[in-house]
Amino acid sequence: MSLIGTLLGREETRSLTMDQPHPHSLLDQGTQGVIGRPLDRIEGPLKVSGRATYAAEYPAENLAYGVLVRAPFGSGTIRDVVADAARSVPGVIDVVTDYPTFIRNPQQGGEMKAPTQGVQKVDYHGEIVAIVVADTFEAAREGAALVHVDAEPAEGAYVFAAHRDQAETPPPDQIPPTTSQGDVDAAMAAAAVTVDATYTTPSQNSAAMEPHASIAHWQDDGTLVLHGAYQMVASDQSQLAAALGVAKDKVRIVSRYVGGGFGSKLGIAPESVAAAVAARKLARPVKVAMARQQVFDATVRRSNTEQRIRLGAGPDGRLTAIAHETLATNLPGEDFFEPAGIGTHFAYAAANRLVDHKLVRLNWLLAGSMRAPGEAVGMLALEAAMDELAEKLQLDPIELRRRNEPDQDPEKQVPFSSRQLVPCMDKGAQLFGWADRHAAPASDRRGEWWHGMGMAAAVRSNMLQKSSARVQLTPEGRAIVATDMTDIGTGSYTILAQIAAETLGLPLDRVEVQLGDGAAPPSAGSGGSWGAGSAGSSVYLACELLREKLAKAMGTSPESMTLKDGRAIADNRAVDIAELVGDGLSALGEIAPGKQEKAFNQASYGAHFAEVKVNAVTGEVRVERMLGVFAAGRILNEKTARSQCLGGMTFGIGAALTEELVHDPRNGKVVNRDLGEYHVPVNADVPQIDVHFLDERDIHANPIHAKGIGELGISGAGAAIANAIYNATGVRVRDYPITCDKLLEGLPG
Amino acid sequence: MRFTINGQSHEAEVDIRTSLLDLAREHLGLTGSKKGCDHGQCGACTMLVNGRRINSCLTLAVMHQDDDIVTIEGLGTPEALHPLQAAFVRHDGYQCGYCTPGQICSAVGMLDEVAKGWPSHASADLDAVTLDDAEISERMSGNICRCAAYPNIVDAIREVAGERDEVAA
Repeated sequence: MSLIGTLLGREETRSLTMDQPHPHSLLDQGTQGVIGRPLDRIEGPLKVSGRATYAAEYPAENLAYGVLVRAPFGSGTIRDVVADAARSVPGVIDVVTDYPTFIRNPQQGGEMKAPTQGVQKVDYHGEIVAIVVADTFEAAREGAALVHVDAEPAEGAYVFAAHRDQAETPPPDQIPPTTSQGDVDAAMAAAAVTVDATYTTPSQNSAAMEPHASIAHWQDDGTLVLHGAYQMVASDQSQLAAALGVAKDKVRIVSRYVGGGFGSKLGIAPESVAAAVAARKLARPVKVAMARQQVFDATVRRSNTEQRIRLGAGPDGRLTAIAHETLATNLPGEDFFEPAGIGTHFAYAAANRLVDHKLVRLNWLLAGSMRAPGEAVGMLALEAAMDELAEKLQLDPIELRRRNEPDQDPEKQVPFSSRQLVPCMDKGAQLFGWADRHAAPASDRRGEWWHGMGMAAAVRSNMLQKSSARVQLTPEGRAIVATDMTDIGTGSYTILAQIAAETLGLPLDRVEVQLGDGAAPPSAGSGGSWGAGSAGSSVYLACELLREKLAKAMGTSPESMTLKDGRAIADNRAVDIAELVGDGLSALGEIAPGKQEKAFNQASYGAHFAEVKVNAVTGEVRVERMLGVFAAGRILNEKTARSQCLGGMTFGIGAALTEELVHDPRNGKVVNRDLGEYHVPVNADVPQIDVHFLDERDIHANPIHAKGIGELGISGAGAAIANAIYNATGVRVRDYPITCDKLLEGLPG
Repeated sequence: MRFTINGQSHEAEVDIRTSLLDLAREHLGLTGSKKGCDHGQCGACTMLVNGRRINSCLTLAVMHQDDDIVTIEGLGTPEALHPLQAAFVRHDGYQCGYCTPGQICSAVGMLDEVAKGWPSHASADLDAVTLDDAEISERMSGNICRCAAYPNIVDAIREVAGERDEVAA
């Protein structure tokens, strides 16, 4: 633990770098009894009554409306944006182009620099190249439809299959592109039983319900205030400032409510820069809400993948070789690669290992992070391959995984901070009735439906990011938490309130949480499932310092003081906290990752179970039941945590059965660029999913002992469905999504 | 044109190109109804017009002369929630909250359709509709929730529908 300090000119701060385990947590000693409980979201009444304000919903004087204009070709150089007709539309104020400043594509999450800028040379179909600004939305939209983008066409790479042989090794990104131990080829040759299979997954879209939107409003002092739909306010401010060529402290993003992100709002998207450029030129606030089609065209996709999995095992099922080789795609110049092998690094033991990623450059829209980048599609392959291996070994899939449980990280040779994969599988098997599964495929037909069960493991690396928060105690004895952390539906508002309430001994309704304002202390933001652990720890640390201040004011020590229901109790005295606060107390909490990150493998685990029925005539798949059992450190709020898992598991249903972005082979255009054609699961596609948590604390993760959960639920979920389909029908489809047409031919008669 | 929205009568001059959704969001300050797709594919904009649920992005404002329109703001306030709004909070029938107003307006309209005995694709008996989970899921499938609060949405609606049945009995 590092310094406690009141440095001159610096707010009183409690900082912690996670160099050491943190075995004691105030959350285990609190008496308020709010942590962990399945409490309702504190912002719930605002959301259900339509009073929560999303990016495009802030009023502004003299507001103008912007509609974005896209390049309707896959590659080329713009000669002219012909806008005479647009300008003549009544109400249209201007058609603004700024080729060098407009961004070619969104930025990746957490980057501090501007995304790739410059749109005169167009690299993908739908790239945003201009903005029409008008007094009304209707006029701007009419104007935008009349703009003609005149361009010199160029050759482009639009077909994955045609360019897959030109794959290149990208620089390290979230993980190194390649790691290996031992000799996979030799081990495969010597193995008693092997699987060598290639799985493919298509491009996907996060399809958050709120399309990206920004209201750009330049203030008199030259500061830009941007109400945006962004997950990571601090780094987004930095990106936007860099893109606009202004100082970092001249951009303030406000993102109080975000209508879903799933990675698509990690970095700034084209509407933010276009709105800011137009607002600066016209000297009035400009609002831009992307059309749904533009979200599909010009924000970010999850890369398609081609994944070759090789597994070699002895007759007892113990793995001797694991290889996971992935081809992913991205635009020229973009280094993000879908890290499909990220979970394979530590999921199972095997002496000979290879995890490799290569990038194929295509003129398709940007590829970036979508919920659980890596595991979401990587586990579709690995966990299906494990099922194939279990089948070959005539071994129960749970038993196969049990036999390959590593006792430490099999690559880095460091201990796991906690690992409850086997207990998750065992608990799930018991709750789901796994013993009733027919081991032989296609052996349970009822009427015209084939029934089957499948399971898969879930693994997801845990991350801690630098994060800070301010907590104030008001003279009335209320707490105010302020950080630029966002709540994208994850439950940040509520769990941060619970942490403050528990540590300060306050009823929940005496805690106010202010999020998403870039003027507040910078946080980790929402991404990578690190939000709760990182932002939660910063609030915890600020509260820890406040407890010391309260104890001092009471003339006692924090250890001998109990805080409950707004009262401080010590030395046979009980006083109202308000009496100890004076004119108010304030403290800043800061958490940072440290040596624990590398000294231990930190991850969360789970097991998915699915029961499906497959129509023997049409190949239609219905998910009948689904259960997820998860271990992710301390569960801060059982209600919102469960919801996170429901969401992840449902993303798994979509990935397994319906979701596929189709790129036109002639120009890379996203063909199915709306919610009518890109099929995300609807209510009738999703059963009453069960979620169960195992009790766990991770003292190596952070002082609140919680780990990420938002992406754990998707890891392996789709594979459990694929494995259930195989169990039901005996048909193994390795090309996701598993649509009727791919099943029909192989269905038993 | 003249119309009533959330019990308040309005007279307004409206661009013939303005959708009912944009009228509410951009001209009346009623931003509770959400724009998720502007194509009638997601349901986030669902309002009640003369008691029926509709996708307000797919209908022009000028088509609603003298209509009685209810948006999420008209169902309840944070201090006095409609029973369905309260049930959505209790059951966590939302996450990001963006589809939620549409879900709730849709549920209000849907329960009325069931009360009138209208069958759905999921109805086993077209003449005697019972509101089981399959019926709720089917009838709510015009409202996409990407956060996937579906099981909780079903729980919330089932609870409110059950309470109504108890009152009716």
